[in-house]
Amino acid sequence: MPKLIKNQDIIDDNYQLLETAPAADQPLPEGNLLVPLTDWLENQQRYVNHQGSVGVWLDSHEEPELLAAQIQSLPVIAVNFPQFTDGRGYSIGRLLRERFGFLGELRAIGDVLRDQLFYMARCGFNAFAIRADRCIDDALNGLKDFSETYQAAVDQPQPLFRRRQMQAE
Amino acid sequence: MYIYDQYDQTIVDERVTQFREQTQRYLAGELADAEFLPLRLQNGLYIQRFAPMLRVAIPYGMVSSKQLRKLAEIARKYDKGYVHFSTRQNVQYNWPQLEQVPDILAELATVQMHAIQTSGNCIRNTTTDQFAGVAADEIVDPRPYCEIIRQWSTFHPEFAFLPRKFKIAVNAAKQDRAATLVHDIGLYLVKNEAGEIGFKVIVGGGLGRTPLIGTVIREFLPEQHLLSYLDAVLRVYNRYGRRDNKYKARIKILVKALGTELFTQKVEAEWEHIKDGATTLTQQEINRVTSHFSVPTYETLPATSQQLAQQLADDPNFNHWYQQNVNAHKVPGYSIVTFSLKPTGVAPGDVTDKQLEAAADLTDQYSFGEARVSHQQNLVLADVKQDDLYPLWQAAIQHGFATPNIGLLTDIICCPGGDFCALANAKSIPIAEAIQSRFDDLDYLHDIGELDLNISGCMNACGHHHVGHIGILGVDKKGEEFYQVQVGGNAGSDASLGKILGPSFAKEAVPGVIAKLLAVYVNQRTPEERFIDTYRRIGIKPFKEQVYAKAH
Ligand code: HEM
Ligand code: SF4
Repeated sequence: MPKLIKNQDIIDDNYQLLETAPAADQPLPEGNLLVPLTDWLENQQRYVNHQGSVGVWLDSHEEPELLAAQIQSLPVIAVNFPQFTDGRGYSIGRLLRERFGFLGELRAIGDVLRDQLFYMARCGFNAFAIRADRCIDDALNGLKDFSETYQAAVDQPQPLFRRRQMQAE
Repeated sequence: MYIYDQYDQTIVDERVTQFREQTQRYLAGELADAEFLPLRLQNGLYIQRFAPMLRVAIPYGMVSSKQLRKLAEIARKYDKGYVHFSTRQNVQYNWPQLEQVPDILAELATVQMHAIQTSGNCIRNTTTDQFAGVAADEIVDPRPYCEIIRQWSTFHPEFAFLPRKFKIAVNAAKQDRAATLVHDIGLYLVKNEAGEIGFKVIVGGGLGRTPLIGTVIREFLPEQHLLSYLDAVLRVYNRYGRRDNKYKARIKILVKALGTELFTQKVEAEWEHIKDGATTLTQQEINRVTSHFSVPTYETLPATSQQLAQQLADDPNFNHWYQQNVNAHKVPGYSIVTFSLKPTGVAPGDVTDKQLEAAADLTDQYSFGEARVSHQQNLVLADVKQDDLYPLWQAAIQHGFATPNIGLLTDIICCPGGDFCALANAKSIPIAEAIQSRFDDLDYLHDIGELDLNISGCMNACGHHHVGHIGILGVDKKGEEFYQVQVGGNAGSDASLGKILGPSFAKEAVPGVIAKLLAVYVNQRTPEERFIDTYRRIGIKPFKEQVYAKAH
């Protein structure tokens, strides 16, 4: 079974990612599924009776706002990084956490490499599907690049200047 | 000057470790070229024509004598004994070894310097007026805000992989000395009617292939909202900026595509959600950072020095230099001195290790141990006693800093061009030199007066040719180097973009073309007019006619 970094640990990934939705007359695969955003929005009925859990994945150009209404019903939201240089997913992560209050697993998928993990974690991602050709144990180190940060973000909602201030008081 | 506390130091030190490790992985073949590329760029490391090039940040241009000495030492130890001052208040090393870059960064970190985000598709080094804090026409010192922006933008997790590079400039004086209007975000510090400090926010300026002057999207942003508003602008850009074509990926293209109104609406809507969050600045933080830029211990002095008046009367060469390279200071008895890094025959902005050390000594002796770098690629000693000007000038002559040409034709902004840059269409340094050699008569230069001449080796416009009163652009014609000439650009608060004069010229013809442009100006000017003013009054036609007139 493929591996996943989740909450700083390496675990088995027990979700199957469906790149495209199965045709309407086809049965759904068994087990936990990650289905495309548009499909989930259009065909929710289809997933209501599914045996496994159903999460949603969205691409970097898609609007996380579309999930806002039902966000708490989702166990997993995955955001695709089509190329590691495509930084839209970082904004999407923060919006899902900070604006829409998503509490479940937020997973980075696609071109996910060690040197992005620190930033992704700051933007609210707690799960990382490392690109298959890379060593996941090595990638885990990427979460520890810095012990201190300046800005407010999901992992540290108080910017350094406020924490400095509290220290000084 | 801002002094790191243990947090700032930790972040910079951890960056050195991180980059050392990334470089090792790259050299070991664990990182592909394409994967290492953005990592090294965010550390200012290019692979250039002959060698890697390392760009070191000089945040908002402030540099201490200790840092200057370190830059000199690095130039000697790891490079060929010189550094290049760029138009972005950065310095560049043209010959470091990739393997040694982590060591260079470690050395920089010992003097609170770094190469963070000096390149790459992230928020770059924030720039400002080289006279910040000492200019008489200033509303408030912009440097604390620049430092606040520096910290906020350093490893901003959401904006490390933007569609394109992103540049912010801040100006607080009546005269804009920071080319603010040609930045992705320009901030003018202003006071409202109630006397509160805030920012006029300008977005979407930039040079390069599609040069544009920025547009105002907010007349007054209260200072405490600075960072959340920047977050909002950047978030809109990050999400909706184009990523399919790197030439169309700049925020200026997004602003243009959406229209200023819609773009502003999007930013304001985003900001509504985040405006009063934890990122809202506190007065305490503004005060803390401001306290680092506190006024040095100035002496109480008469407004004008008798001694200086006498020296100016006695020594015409000193007088020349004083007129051109010394500016008024807001504190009585003090002056601002600009060291010219543009003597004829030296690539504009190049300085040797020895010169850097001399500048450091002079800075210690005469200017509280601090200097500034200007976007015109010169070095500024901002707090010099009037009584010290004469000995400082004499020392500056010895070290090659006293060319009395600041703001004149030979104070050329020039990119590295074909001599160093892999992207160049043509060389630019030899053009600068040819112009400097042709116009070496100081009386004539003074007579011509204020004139910005800027040269870029290609469309990327690193040499700001679009905003030169005269701009020169290297172009490639069937494998041969040619030069296109523009007139009418300006980088100040009344910024404008130059217009192309006509067909381009061979290298040898360029100084002659400049001479003709100057002749038109001299014939047509009114006594008070600068070149740019005359151009604005009479238009391009007389210049064009003169330059392209057939010989009879
Ligand atoms: C030798 C290595 C250099 C390379 C490879 C390089 C590359 C580039 C590129 C590709 C652009 C185009 C950006 C765009 O249109 O989006 C650019 C723009 C620019 N570069 Fe450089 N550059 C170099 C050196 C310099 C130097 C030495 C300076 C300062 C003297 C400089 C300052 C600038 C500025 C001010 C711009 C214009 C930014 C704008 O569009 O607003 N660059 N450079
Ligand atoms: S303008 Fe062109 S030639 Fe000059 S430094 Fe920039 S990229 Fe290189």
